[in-house]
Amino acid sequence: MILVEALGWLVDPANWQGPDGLLVRLGEHLWFTVRVVLIAAVIAVPLGLWVGHSGRGGVTLVGAANAMRALPTLGLVTFLFLLSPSTPVLVTIAGLVVLAVPPILAGAYAGVQSVDGRVTDAAIGMGMTGWQRLWQAEVPGSLPLLVGGVRNAALQVVATVTVAAYVGVGGLGEPLLVGLAINEYPQVAAVALVTAVLAVAVDTVLAVVQRLVVPNGLRLAASAAGAT
Amino acid sequence: MLGGIGLYLSSPTNREKVLGLLGEHVYLAILPLLIGLAVALPLGALARRGALLRTGTVQASSVLYTVPSLALFVVMPGILGTSITSPANVVVSLAVYTTALLVRPVVDALDAVPGHVVAAAIAMGYRPARRFVAVELPLAVPVLAAGVRVASVSNISLVSVGALIGIGGLGELFTEGFQLRYPAPIVIGILLTLVLALVVDLLLVGLRRLATPWAHAGVGS
Repeated sequence: MILVEALGWLVDPANWQGPDGLLVRLGEHLWFTVRVVLIAAVIAVPLGLWVGHSGRGGVTLVGAANAMRALPTLGLVTFLFLLSPSTPVLVTIAGLVVLAVPPILAGAYAGVQSVDGRVTDAAIGMGMTGWQRLWQAEVPGSLPLLVGGVRNAALQVVATVTVAAYVGVGGLGEPLLVGLAINEYPQVAAVALVTAVLAVAVDTVLAVVQRLVVPNGLRLAASAAGAT
Repeated sequence: MLGGIGLYLSSPTNREKVLGLLGEHVYLAILPLLIGLAVALPLGALARRGALLRTGTVQASSVLYTVPSLALFVVMPGILGTSITSPANVVVSLAVYTTALLVRPVVDALDAVPGHVVAAAIAMGYRPARRFVAVELPLAVPVLAAGVRVASVSNISLVSVGALIGIGGLGELFTEGFQLRYPAPIVIGILLTLVLALVVDLLLVGLRRLATPWAHAGVGS
């Protein structure tokens, strides 16, 4: 039974230790994910918030984000690698950022859109300037969907760092692809299981964050609406 | 760059290979889309029978969607008993993703069917099965179509990952270009993937229009 052999591979400490053990690969994998998601957020969050706030360019933004989603990451990373073979880590990050931007962009934009029109009206009525309205009303109100977008992006990046290992940058894809090349199926299945568990773990952590960032005011409003 | 693409495509062998891979890509992306839709429809309908079933189904599908594609591709042979190079691994994996992606839109789409229409259908004597097919399903198409479009883009982009296990449609142009240190096939693969995603998306929009004649009836008259 192949899955039993995979578990056998997993419980062998020798496979976890050493310079190319699973622990090192796990660290590389997470480090890629963190850098990619941060860079993508720096690009996509201000853009999405601004388009949502100003109400201009929404259609273009959604269209561009959808077109980016169709770009195959393996193709993008191998292409960038051939353009600049001496910087594999950089091109991998660049390729993965393209993957991570659309969901964050969509989350930030949809987040601002989801803010109750009465709230923004009240903010205008109180004499808030455009910036104050953005920071004090729209950003807090958009956080759940925005973090939802980040969660989505992180999930896709965690899954796809495995694919990017094809150009030789480490991460959990390394032992998986090596296992495929040398026909070591238990190793392949074992590493696949680890990536799946990692993805579920990252998603769970961000789901908790998503629940925590709901502003108190909105929570109160929601529970009041639920009670009546 | 453009010269390189021209040169690559000037060889009849390469042209034939690219066309073959394009065909394989379409097959590997669309077949799972159809299977996934066929599974998600009854599953979504079932999920609406109770609050527990609903949250259970929606949550199970979101966990399934979390599993990385490459991981699912390589674990599939262990589950199905297929060989690692069998296209069935990719087809079944993508069908699982499609189902996971579509369960929620199916639930939402069926929720969006106006209750009075369903009540009228019941009053007219429609039995549950026929009511589902003839009344609820057509009215669910607009919301459902949005989900199917997302799933089709997702499938078309994920098929290329299969190239790492040797069954990847246009994705095989990426591995070939990388191994030969030759960008032309990679660029062709990327462009064709984008065009394919666009064409399938337009087809789905067209299908939705055909399936919802009432949505634009009277417009322009």
